[in-house]
Amino acid sequence: MLVVAIFVFSLLYLSPGDPAIIIGGDTATPADIAHIRAKLGLDRPFLVQFGSWLWNVVRGDLGISIFTNLPVSRLILQRVEPTVALTICTMLVTITVAIPMGVVAAWKAGTWIDRLVMGFAVLGFSFPVFVTGYLLIFSLSIWADLLPVQGYVSISNGFFAFLPNMVLPSLALGMVYTALIARMTRASMLEVLSQDYIRTAHSKGLSTPAVLLGHALKNASVPIVTTIGIGLALLISGVVVTESVFAIPGLGRLTVDAILRRDYPIIQGVILVFSAAYVLVNLAIDVCYTFLDPRIRY
Amino acid sequence: MTNVTRVTVRTAGAFALLAAIALGMPAARADDAQKTLKFIPQADLRSIDPIWTTAYITRNHGYMVYDTLFALDANFVPQPQMVDSYTVSPDKLKYTFTLRSGLKFHDGAPVRSIDCIASLKRWEKRDPQGAKLAEFTASMDAVDDKSFTMTLKEPFSLVLDSLAKLSSNVPFIMPERIANTDAFQQITDATGSGPFKFVKEEWVPGNKAVYVKNLDYVPRKEPPSYAAGGKIAKVDRVEWLYVPDASTASAALAAGEVDYYEQPPVDLLPVLEKNKDIVVANIDPKGSQGVLRFNFLNPPFNNVKAREALLYLVDQTDYLRAIAGDPKNWQTCLSMYACGTPMATDAGAEILKGKRDLAKAKALLKEAGYNGERVVMLTATDQPIVNNQVLITSELLRQAGVDVYVEANDWGTMITRRASKEPLDKGGWNIFHTWTVAADTATPLLNNAIRASGANAWFGWPDDPKIEALRDAWVRAPDVEAQKKIAADLQVEAYKFIPYIPTGQFILPSAYRKNLSGVIIAPVTFLWNIEKH
Repeated sequence: MLVVAIFVFSLLYLSPGDPAIIIGGDTATPADIAHIRAKLGLDRPFLVQFGSWLWNVVRGDLGISIFTNLPVSRLILQRVEPTVALTICTMLVTITVAIPMGVVAAWKAGTWIDRLVMGFAVLGFSFPVFVTGYLLIFSLSIWADLLPVQGYVSISNGFFAFLPNMVLPSLALGMVYTALIARMTRASMLEVLSQDYIRTAHSKGLSTPAVLLGHALKNASVPIVTTIGIGLALLISGVVVTESVFAIPGLGRLTVDAILRRDYPIIQGVILVFSAAYVLVNLAIDVCYTFLDPRIRY
Repeated sequence: MTNVTRVTVRTAGAFALLAAIALGMPAARADDAQKTLKFIPQADLRSIDPIWTTAYITRNHGYMVYDTLFALDANFVPQPQMVDSYTVSPDKLKYTFTLRSGLKFHDGAPVRSIDCIASLKRWEKRDPQGAKLAEFTASMDAVDDKSFTMTLKEPFSLVLDSLAKLSSNVPFIMPERIANTDAFQQITDATGSGPFKFVKEEWVPGNKAVYVKNLDYVPRKEPPSYAAGGKIAKVDRVEWLYVPDASTASAALAAGEVDYYEQPPVDLLPVLEKNKDIVVANIDPKGSQGVLRFNFLNPPFNNVKAREALLYLVDQTDYLRAIAGDPKNWQTCLSMYACGTPMATDAGAEILKGKRDLAKAKALLKEAGYNGERVVMLTATDQPIVNNQVLITSELLRQAGVDVYVEANDWGTMITRRASKEPLDKGGWNIFHTWTVAADTATPLLNNAIRASGANAWFGWPDDPKIEALRDAWVRAPDVEAQKKIAADLQVEAYKFIPYIPTGQFILPSAYRKNLSGVIIAPVTFLWNIEKH
């Protein structure tokens, strides 16, 4: 985390762009710009700025946004719920669809069912999310008038108020992850299905579903869980396009907007949060391995 | 239950849930309050201090929550707004202002003259026109809670125009406790006395800003005209919903999820125009002007001949088609003061008005000593109005034999890069494009690009004492007729010196649902007077 912090701070310090100039606007004189820079503390030496920022971070203070003048922690917290909600909904859609698809494709490997599933996977992965998003908006919101086009409603307003706004973004984003996880599931299952113990299970008279779900899927699950974990981390760290298309105020948009405005405290804060999320997700995946495969011990 | 059956049941359940949600949606959306105006603004509201930043979105926020002493009407004439009456001494050195009765801030405190004085003093520290007013002002003194005086060092005909300044920075009136904040420090409290109150608890930067009707607001009796007249909030609540994707924003308007889309991109206008439930309207007839700006510190454009060469190349119609598409959304405008405003004139613009002449441009570049050196143009690819202009100018320059290098940036980087006074090999530049709203280019004092005060001028730093002398004379002109004469003389000099080239005047239409009425035609989007049926 410290390495990430040093790296991010240095990169921002060296990158072009000056928030004081953006704030000052067209009419600001050089003296005005210098005054704004001084007020923001941007005229101090690099090490002083970094030291001061690090000391505040250690005390749990991520600083104040240059533009909104609001605490970075408040801005991040405002964005956590939509991001987590989108992540969970997308993962629910993905896992519900992708794993059965992958299992069936492996079971029927080489048949038209397999080709259909893999064709869908290729399409899902190849279609840009914004195209899928626009198609869904056109069909389900504009044409059929079933779902809202955009926006986010907090779950605190009630589950049934919250859910409609999550359907389209979860479906659009879920297409990509469904394709990825379905392919991974199929590949893993194919490897397991060729093992001797699967033949033994069949010869013991177990039904096909019992073999597939009880024996094969469990043993094929380590790479699948790894892929789901990577997907989870990617979703948390921002799906800017999806958030933009559906106007969801998530962490991804917060990051991109902050970069475009050179709002350094926000950029530093969200990158720290992202790196922490990556570490936690990876830890959770590693812990999952021990449950899925008793041979794995740390 | 077997595993397979369990999975099947769960999947079916999930689909059933989605179907139930989908079927329930129209009813859920139908409860959208009739009294809530949902508005997609031109940008995200990031700062709530309209003095600290010049951002138009913050200016618009300012008009929601604050009021002004005077306000400009549709004839560009300052009209009393918070002021009930005023007097001017015969020597024109003393103005006495008396506030209207019943003016209250959102916290219930009455608006006092000391609030006005503190607000004006803070504004004068940040705004060029405010600074000019301060230059002429000897003192501002409270007479009592409702009256104050402004004593001048010498007569200044722009006192009321300054107090009625329409665009950034607007001299909004804040409570004294807030107005005493350092002008370079952002305020955190949006307490004003305007027709709407800001609900800070619901503000999610990057997503939403919420305003509710100020029930204590006492509007003027006159009908609304630009920023002047009665500001009657006819909805209980206004939600600014920032939707970054233009296609989604248009779809949301078409679906009735929002009522008003302030600035749809021109390429989506034909789609919106076909929708019978949507009105595409030009609510800002004056629009904006495109700007081609030179850097006077680097060759070849430090030589007037090279700048003149571009005057022979620029055809405003090319730029305007690229920026605003449909001809109904633009007009060629040779005036450096926005066309349709009192100072507008064609004086001195003969070359720009005449035939385009590539041979002449080449000859002038040669006279300027141009010998194939690289010319750097800055562009912001995330700003179509900027980027489209750059594409045209770069092509024109290439046709004239100039080695053009277009440096692509995002807007934040570009406006930082343009502040560089370095030569090209150290990150310097030659040309950038931008645009400015008509209200900000209406007079020699407001038009930043025409200033030619060298190091203190706008980016590019032109230096022409004649222009500065004429600007100073304009400020001191006794009446509008004298101002017009000096403005014309100034423009003649500007077209000789060429601090910049105007690339035409265009409008960016707005779109709103047909169930809205009372939308005010003005260079700034005002949300009072709008009714939702």
